[in-house]
Amino acid sequence: MTSDTRSAEPIIIDIENITKDYVMGEEVVRALRGVSLQIRSNEYLAIMGPSGSGKSTLMNMLGCLDTPSSGRYEFNGRDVSSMTDDELACIRNREIGFVFQTFNLLPRADSLRNVELPLVYAGINPETRRERAEQVLREVGLADRLHHKPNELSGGQRQRVAIARALVNDPSIILADEPTGNLDSKTGDEIMTLFESLYQRGHIIILVTHEADIAHHARRTVRLRDGLIESDDGGFGGVDILPVEGQLEPAGFR
Amino acid sequence: MKRLLYELSESWKIAVAQMRSNKTRSTLTALGVIIGIVAVTLMGTAIAGIQVGFDKSMAIFGDDVLYVSQWPWKPVNDWWNYRDRKKIKTEYADPINRIIAATPNSNLVIAVPTSSLLRSVKHGQSEVSNVLIRGTVSDYLITSTFDFKEGRFFNDVESRGGANVCVIGYDVADALFPSESPIDKSVLINGQPFRIVGLISRQGTFLGLFSLDSIVVMPLPAFQKYFSAKSDSDILVKVKDKTKLAEARDELTGIMRRVRGLPPEKRDDFSINEQQALKSTLDPIKNSIAIAGLFVTGLSLFVGAIGIMNITFVSVKERTREIGTRKALGARRRTILLQFLIESTSLCLLGGLIGLGIAYLMCTGIGKAFPSFPVRFSLGLVLVSMAVSILTGLFSGFAPAWSASRLDPVAALRYE
Repeated sequence: MTSDTRSAEPIIIDIENITKDYVMGEEVVRALRGVSLQIRSNEYLAIMGPSGSGKSTLMNMLGCLDTPSSGRYEFNGRDVSSMTDDELACIRNREIGFVFQTFNLLPRADSLRNVELPLVYAGINPETRRERAEQVLREVGLADRLHHKPNELSGGQRQRVAIARALVNDPSIILADEPTGNLDSKTGDEIMTLFESLYQRGHIIILVTHEADIAHHARRTVRLRDGLIESDDGGFGGVDILPVEGQLEPAGFR
Repeated sequence: MKRLLYELSESWKIAVAQMRSNKTRSTLTALGVIIGIVAVTLMGTAIAGIQVGFDKSMAIFGDDVLYVSQWPWKPVNDWWNYRDRKKIKTEYADPINRIIAATPNSNLVIAVPTSSLLRSVKHGQSEVSNVLIRGTVSDYLITSTFDFKEGRFFNDVESRGGANVCVIGYDVADALFPSESPIDKSVLINGQPFRIVGLISRQGTFLGLFSLDSIVVMPLPAFQKYFSAKSDSDILVKVKDKTKLAEARDELTGIMRRVRGLPPEKRDDFSINEQQALKSTLDPIKNSIAIAGLFVTGLSLFVGAIGIMNITFVSVKERTREIGTRKALGARRRTILLQFLIESTSLCLLGGLIGLGIAYLMCTGIGKAFPSFPVRFSLGLVLVSMAVSILTGLFSGFAPAWSASRLDPVAALRYE
């Protein structure tokens, strides 16, 4: 894949110079100090960085769970930074699929109902919901676990349910926060294979991780440090072509 | 709109699952509401029962009859003004009837004397005690409404002649003649034989307290011959038009003053009573039941509401990450608010239903144990209880649900 074909893809996420400050007691923590990032459709991106680097904050921002203190965030051409809570909820529901390190499944609901949940919030009727949830669970290899509750599933299976739930509304982006953090390496590999196939099918995958092994699955790696982008290889096989100043765009993208 | 419906049904499912997995906690929490609903239901039942029983009993008195008696039926504060009153005599009936007949356009129809006391009634080896023995005239039928199951009332001739005949109430017949017709049999009262000519149909009880069927009615002259000593007498006066009760009352007061020969400066030394007066004596009873009931209900519902509010706060805390997850998946503020409101409301509804069940069993139990007490368990009461439960649920759930809906998704997802 060359930079030419990639740059032809439309920009889905366009972040420009966003900052995020938290007030912790009397101290102001500057979690992001001015980050710019563009993500095109059909990208497989890993966001890396040590703890405290701001990668979680950036992920929350990308996932529309949080709004920036300053800067601009356009999602599919819509300005997210000025949206209300409910508008953000709508974007999360339709455009973003979350996969968490701790799975975050509802403990008392079976796989089907867990996967149906985003469809409930999207206002889809019960028959379509069931049909769609079954189909997605089958795609992640859980056709025989439809009526199992989370505590009856292995860690890998739980993460598959979570991935099915992330997929069910056919979002443009799958946002995975340390998706293999609670899994053994073999199961972790299986999950990464699943992400690979989702990427091949055209979903944008954004991985947030501190493990280089996991980040290697991605096509592009963005490293954060102290609230700034330290490096962004722009999708050229892990070579840091643009060090230090995160505000700059990767050259090949313009 | 459709989306709201799906969210509601989803919230309902969650609420049910939540209660199922925390059965003990839910039941204990709902206890306050359970007690409140039992209290409100029993209170309503008692008030309705008393009202129904009273209305039924009142019908026997007739709403177009005035009672000339020695004392008023209402309780009075200045009893010393009443204590020296002379007894009402049955002989007053004749002069009253003469005056009524002589008055053009009188509001009154007829005056009927009655005289009563309690005695035992015997037949063979059987005996019924504390039977109301009443002497009156054949015109008694005009002022008092009752049917005959068998036989007839004594006629004018028997009435005037003071024949040893009588009509008996259902309870008396039931005790003395369990398997045969009492007609033309005779009973012994005070050692005197009376021939039974009629059996009065069942009248029921007065307020469930005493039976109206434990009665023997006989001609006044016969009554006076054998039992005159300690009897109480009243004059029953039938009113022509019950919408003009006040005028009839004034007219009767005038007549009675003439009969008693009272000079104008003297107060009435008799009382004219009516059904309405009895009704007003019932109001304080109903009110005190209502006040006590409302107090107990209000207190237990309040305590129950606080308990449910507390447990909903706990639930919100426990499930902070779940709330964060739901928000990440696209739940809006409204969705979360609704979810917790429905949880607290369904908890209250559960309490309400259990309370209703307990109250129903108690009512049925009371009804079985005291068949004469008029217990009424109505649909209205069920609806009121349900409405109260729902309101309690909304009231107690609002603060926790609001705080849940306002949670920051990022903080909620990170919550340990």
